[in-house]
Amino acid sequence: MATPMFRFDPVELPPEAIALRAEVRTFIEEHQDFMGFSRGEHNREFSRAMGRKGWIGMTWPKQYGGHERSSFERYVVIEEMLVAGAPLSAHYTGDRQSGPNILRFGTEEQKMFFCPKIAAGELTFCIGMSEPNSGSDVAGTRTRAVKVDGGYRVNGTKLWTSNAHNADYAILFCKMAMTEEEAQDRHAGATQFLLDMKTPGVEIRPVINLLGEHHFNEIFLTDVFIPDHLLLGKEGNGWNQLTSELAFERSAPDRFLVLFQMLQQMIRVAGPHPDKATAVALGKLISQLATLRSMSVSIAGMLAEGLQPNNESAVVKDLGTRYEQDIPVVARQLFPTEPELEAIDVYAAMIARSTMNAPRFSIQGGTREILRGIIARGLGLR
Amino acid sequence: MAMRDETRMLLESMGRLFEDHCTKQVIDAAETGIFASDLWQAVSETGLPLAALPESAGGADAEWSDLYAALRVAGRFAAPIPLAETMLAGWIASSAGLDLVDGPMTVGPVRASDRLTLTRDGNGWRLNGAASRLPYASFTERIVLIADGPDGEMAVSLDAAGLPTASKGKNIASEPRDTLVFDNFQIAAAALLPTGISRAALFRRGALARATMMSGALERAMDLAVTYAQERVQFGRPISKFQAVQQNLAVLAEQTAVAVAAANLGIQSLGQGDEEREEFQIAIAKTRVGEAATLACELAHQVHGAIGFTKEYSLQLATRRLWSWREEFGSDPEWAAKVGAYFCAQGADRLWPILTGDDVP
Repeated sequence: MATPMFRFDPVELPPEAIALRAEVRTFIEEHQDFMGFSRGEHNREFSRAMGRKGWIGMTWPKQYGGHERSSFERYVVIEEMLVAGAPLSAHYTGDRQSGPNILRFGTEEQKMFFCPKIAAGELTFCIGMSEPNSGSDVAGTRTRAVKVDGGYRVNGTKLWTSNAHNADYAILFCKMAMTEEEAQDRHAGATQFLLDMKTPGVEIRPVINLLGEHHFNEIFLTDVFIPDHLLLGKEGNGWNQLTSELAFERSAPDRFLVLFQMLQQMIRVAGPHPDKATAVALGKLISQLATLRSMSVSIAGMLAEGLQPNNESAVVKDLGTRYEQDIPVVARQLFPTEPELEAIDVYAAMIARSTMNAPRFSIQGGTREILRGIIARGLGLR
Repeated sequence: MAMRDETRMLLESMGRLFEDHCTKQVIDAAETGIFASDLWQAVSETGLPLAALPESAGGADAEWSDLYAALRVAGRFAAPIPLAETMLAGWIASSAGLDLVDGPMTVGPVRASDRLTLTRDGNGWRLNGAASRLPYASFTERIVLIADGPDGEMAVSLDAAGLPTASKGKNIASEPRDTLVFDNFQIAAAALLPTGISRAALFRRGALARATMMSGALERAMDLAVTYAQERVQFGRPISKFQAVQQNLAVLAEQTAVAVAAANLGIQSLGQGDEEREEFQIAIAKTRVGEAATLACELAHQVHGAIGFTKEYSLQLATRRLWSWREEFGSDPEWAAKVGAYFCAQGADRLWPILTGDDVP
């Protein structure tokens, strides 16, 4: 056939990954007090505990604080943590994308400084990418860096930056100052920096989300000085670096396991002998989940082979968010209840949280439309 | 982890064989009721239909995972032959120790509600009950059935000539689906033996065959849609350049990928000696593939516009089969009900351990 087919080879987890699962479940048992439902909480104590277990930066080289374990072992740790509702926020961005990005494009000095701290659960990263006028259109960034003596002077505004208020560093995406003619090439001058969030001129303002919670932020950058040694990769290579970073972001199983506990709760409410309609609806959701998981394990297999499954990751993310958005919809059809965020009834609280959180699933980390554009490009259509 | 080399070679050679022998002309002729004998002959010569059997029984000790992978290729080419049915018939007959024929065979019951019962009659037996919509029954040489005997399930191997055909039907892909009704039908003692393969096992293996064939048919539908969109020019450019069309094709590609992955999930459960796991993983496969097919067919047709709605164009060879096969050996809602009932009975706390396959009660 002429059309490129996306590759999802069936993969069985290797024995070392299976063996690790029991250890992870024991750890979760011992840290039950940290677990919750779909909150994505920031908890440095928990991250340090995971760091001590060697479960952050698992696949990285040992010389940079990593543990040289397989993508499959990392996969098992992450899926178990997500299912348990572990508070991963303090290290997750660093583990998933900032660390790998630094390992790939950073200097020896940067790798030695940042990666061991991320792996120890001691350094929180955020992603300084979106802006008020540059959301899906990342290349439209207006944040500008000017080369000055010993470093760069940066001005601009970042928006929707998750966890910026808790982060030590951001990987900042911006462009070098350029003429209008140079800017015709939309990817020209794109550059990434490792921004210390405590740098003078960095101001963080909370943006309260519709649940009334503080997850994302607006960051104002006013004449922020970033020293030369915190340039990540090369000046002008930022677009290439960002594309690689986003592939890490999208290949994670956190795109379909965030609401796992709600699916469990629906099974509890249904009871051991559901009627046919209930069994069909739950059976469909479980079948979607099982298939997504097998596709995600397959992606872990491709990562283990050193491949960059960008298209496959986009497929799983788009399907995963669809599935997660379906969960509250199916729930309210099967077992109607009035949603209340602080309800004592676990199910009513879950349906409240998941209903309100649902819109963001297909926006963060690349909107549904952007992902389908990536897939279309993978099909050779653009 | 990657596909085994032998599997890849098998699939490539099956692809070439179907490319040569399973043309649209062959399929169109088969749909008018002429059996695709040349195609069957070519497939039969590869040894594929009975390859799962032990070498001592004329097979090749092939892995079921490879045979199912070959069924995906057959589905991609809309092969109008009872390949899956012959594989399953051979499996049941040989495991019971019944002799086999070289030609096309079919298998039953293929409906969950059909029951066949056997009672002794002197030295022989009497068979009662209906076997609805057996694939290609009128075109096969042998029909292998699982029936309830006085001491458990029996495999019955019948010469197809002279069987009581109650009606000759077709699915909407014009594939023969013939109903046999047995009314105290006489059977010689030599034609049946006890079998360890249950009706439920046959049913789920059949469901997996359809799910796998569907994943292949979806690959074909997607390939046609993507190719067509790049060739068809409207408003001065190929329609593949329009974002609305691109988004439809992206979703079609997603659903195709899901179907292949779900079918593989079912295939992965085979040969592990765990019937319970096999049952629910195949249930998941048939559920998910059926759902994917429904959306994917809609999109493949939408992208094609009017041409896809014609008999002349090949898209319908895939979509009419998808609409047929999603109902055969249990529809996606029927299998979804089994998935739901199974996990509700197991309880919420066992969902994750069972899915991850390391369930230690």
